Amino acid sequence: MENNSLDVSENIKNEISSSDVVLFMKGTPAFPMCGFSATVVQLLSDLGVKFSSVNVLESDEIREGIKQFSNWPTIPQLYIKEEFIGGCDIVKEMYESGELIELLNTKEIETNPT
Amino acid sequence: MPMTQKQIEMLIKDSIPESEVIIEDLRGDGDHFSATVISKTFIGKNKIEQHKMVYESLKGKMGKELHALMLKTKTE
Repeated sequence: MENNSLDVSENIKNEISSSDVVLFMKGTPAFPMCGFSATVVQLLSDLGVKFSSVNVLESDEIREGIKQFSNWPTIPQLYIKEEFIGGCDIVKEMYESGELIELLNTKEIETNPT
Repeated sequence: MPMTQKQIEMLIKDSIPESEVIIEDLRGDGDHFSATVISKTFIGKNKIEQHKMVYESLKGKMGKELHALMLKTKTE
């Protein structure tokens, strides 16, 4: 059991470090299965940010594991350069205030706002 | 069982003192709420910490009984 949860958090760490922007979501960017996940995909797409995504519906371990890992109870969850940014509400607020693009620029992540 | 607007408000107010809590039932279905929480206790904390305080006040119900809660936190 203990080994198992170690593996899960190891998996999550690997996912988070696999690319600059990682979104844990329900469904896929092309077919989001939840409105909140869809919103974050939309915002990232508007900014023209390349991101990778993890569909938590494919793995109960990841779905529960990421909540523990981030100490955050809901999906979606956005990571930028291995740092937890927040869920849908925070990302949306940061997008609207311009903080999100600023953060991406500071972290030298390519954007291409439409 | 889904939570009522009043229950959500009480839980938040219980653990975040001197807060103003505005709950809206977004679709009128008793399942999708928005909460605006205004409290001076948020001062000096970042958004993640502020939202975590609200989630903690809901005592593990977030993401379970409480499926959808749009959250906004403000200091005034």
